[in-house]
Amino acid sequence: MSANVHIQVEDFDVSEEVEALTADQPATGAVATFTGYVRGDGGLTALVLEHYPGMTEREIARIAADAAGRWSLTGVTIIHRIGRLEVGERIVLVAVASGHRGAAFEACEFLMDYLKTRAPFWKQEERDGTSGWVDAKESDDAAAERWRKS
Amino acid sequence: MNVLYFAWVRQKIGRSEETIEHTPELRTVSDLAELLRARGGGYSEAFGDMSRLRAAVNQVHVALDAPLSSGDEVAFFPPVTGG
Repeated sequence: MSANVHIQVEDFDVSEEVEALTADQPATGAVATFTGYVRGDGGLTALVLEHYPGMTEREIARIAADAAGRWSLTGVTIIHRIGRLEVGERIVLVAVASGHRGAAFEACEFLMDYLKTRAPFWKQEERDGTSGWVDAKESDDAAAERWRKS
Repeated sequence: MNVLYFAWVRQKIGRSEETIEHTPELRTVSDLAELLRARGGGYSEAFGDMSRLRAAVNQVHVALDAPLSSGDEVAFFPPVTGG
């Protein structure tokens, strides 16, 4: 299984991505998807995302290979947008196909936890005409850490 | 070596990349960070508190004691915040 990874400015269509992921895959019995959106809390109006071209794709491929080693998966699609995204816009998609729902749910959560703590993206927040860098959250590190114990 | 900066590290330094010659004194990522910090100005701001920085060598996350070689691509950046 090789992961389908895209870093792009453009929006994506979740149902089209699920269609593509499941086409000609008779072993697939389940697809779990996670979609992240720009949340407008605390007066936030937009996020501006930058990344490390080259390393991002490699790091996500490593994370996906790690997931494929832990669970029996039939396909993975990961799309992460970059650039300026306003409140309500989609940022990230993780779609995981497997024979059964347990692996699909777990691998989807694993991929998001590792994406947040390993993939080289950085966010700036825009609020009230000013912008500032988002700090990494300890809760995200803790979420990724729990997969080490299992 | 090609040295890259991202997010607020890039902003404080005022550039996104530069070439730095590898010398025998630059044994580790930490040695390079110290050389850069000693330049003063935006560099000393960016490299003043290494606990706030992360690094990659040849596009792989590394610890600050990771060794350096001629031709490496080294990147400095804050903890990542994607997803």
